[in-house]
Amino acid sequence: MSVPGHVVIVGASAGGLTTLEALRRLGHDGAVTVIGDEIHPPYDRPPLSKQVLSGAWHPDRAALRTAEAIGLLGADLRLGERAVALDSATRTVTTSGGMSVRGDAIVIATGATPRRLPGSEGVAGVHVLRGLDDTLRLREDLEPGRRLVVVGDGVLGSEIAATAVGLGVDTTLVGPQAAPMRLQLGDEVSALLGQLHTDQGVRLRLGTAVDGLVVSEGRASGVRLTTGEVLPADVVVIAFGAAPATDWLAGSGLYLDNGVVCDSRCLAADGVWAVGDVARFHHEHLRRSIRLENRTNATEQAMLVAANILGADRAYTPVPYFWTDQFHVKIQVYGTPTPEMRFGVVDGSPESGRFVGVYHLGDRPAAVLGWNMPKQARQHRQLLLPVPVPPKG
Amino acid sequence: MKVSIDQDRCVAAGSCVTAAMDVFDQRDEDGVVVLLDPEPPAGLAAEVREAAAVCPAAAITVHE
Ligand SMILES: Cc1cc2nc3c(=O)[nH]c(=O)nc-3n(C[C@H](O)[C@H](O)[C@H](O)COP(=O)(O)OP(=O)(O)OC[C@H]3O[C@@H](n4cnc5c(N)ncnc54)[C@H](O)[C@@H]3O)c2cc1C
Repeated sequence: MSVPGHVVIVGASAGGLTTLEALRRLGHDGAVTVIGDEIHPPYDRPPLSKQVLSGAWHPDRAALRTAEAIGLLGADLRLGERAVALDSATRTVTTSGGMSVRGDAIVIATGATPRRLPGSEGVAGVHVLRGLDDTLRLREDLEPGRRLVVVGDGVLGSEIAATAVGLGVDTTLVGPQAAPMRLQLGDEVSALLGQLHTDQGVRLRLGTAVDGLVVSEGRASGVRLTTGEVLPADVVVIAFGAAPATDWLAGSGLYLDNGVVCDSRCLAADGVWAVGDVARFHHEHLRRSIRLENRTNATEQAMLVAANILGADRAYTPVPYFWTDQFHVKIQVYGTPTPEMRFGVVDGSPESGRFVGVYHLGDRPAAVLGWNMPKQARQHRQLLLPVPVPPKG
Repeated sequence: MKVSIDQDRCVAAGSCVTAAMDVFDQRDEDGVVVLLDPEPPAGLAAEVREAAAVCPAAAITVHE
């Protein structure tokens, strides 16, 4: 394959920006166009639910790069411009502003869009949290003493609850699981996390599904559970997951199935690649197709795609990883724990507030978790790498 | 090449240590990045650039 002259990247956040930087680092000096629908220069999302929502950071600190560093990359950066269509056969992207741009390579890095509760559109006091503007709007609403209900007991909902209670907001976390993040952490660790939330003042209303919003005079006034009970609220955050942002790809000719479906190289069609939250790729070691929604994935996948665009032909086989910070606890997770795995502590202890644990599937280590032991957790990561097959003979 | 780090931004993922273990380490107690060599030799330049690029918190700056 010849090296593509013009690369068009859609999405100007972690995945898109890293693709651009990696192309330049690897020596690509051709034209690159980056199309992003947000007006803000590229910024980072993990601090939004933590330092930006708490007010510890000025929003500017979430910027991923200085304006100067971005300028040096020499790309045609089109911010505030939304891609509305792609023709994968001709590799042409059309935007909301009427621009039509053809690329020799296209990189799809449009991330994910939060799911919303039906009937919540246009209702005052109801929030989702994905972008900087969402965060600032929510922060404005989180006045001390107000009653907040966070709908969603996954990682984002748990983080928002932790930050909000720290602001003096009367906080309730609702969701269907027995404990926060049970799906991601298993019984033992999610129980500890639930205890932490309770100790810090978050009210847990778990194990119950949400039926809908209660709205009075255009404003959220509560959340109704399927049991019929109503949790009164001044502010509601909906945090029950995000869907890959592929709406604009209808009719593109690409195969879409809970993400842009790619091969192990992250190639979706001839000259069309996908990275980050939007990409579903075939993982050769796990021997299945997966989509990861975490920060290091966006970067690592973008770096690999940049290399592949320039002819490397490498398979993407990451050890999945995410972190979350809640109260004074830093959790790191390598691999993907599932409920059927057995969990055991290998370093430190839950009593001391610091430990590393390993999840086993049968007798094989399948995931590693650190609780206030980031370095030690990383050192156990190698347990998860495939064992090299010794040469025969 | 000069390297600087922002410990306040660091999220303790340790990606930099995996990329360039002669230049970066993590504190035992909280995993925050430690800079072992602020002026790494030319032979490590590629590793250091990789570490800065792979950092999920934009906490490493390389001055060429
Ligand atoms: C609040 C929050 C906290 C998080 N905390 C953590 C954490 O602690 N640890 C962790 O590992 N991960 C965390 N994550 C996940 C991590 O931030 C994401 O995995 C990462 O941002 C994915 O990067 P991306 O570039 O693929 O997508 P995104 O960051 O979603 O970027 C996609 C960009 O494309 C734009 N876009 C979408 N559609 C179009 C279009 N049609 N045209 C043009 N532009 C478009 C979007 O507006 C956006 O700017 C968090 C996410 C959020 C929202």
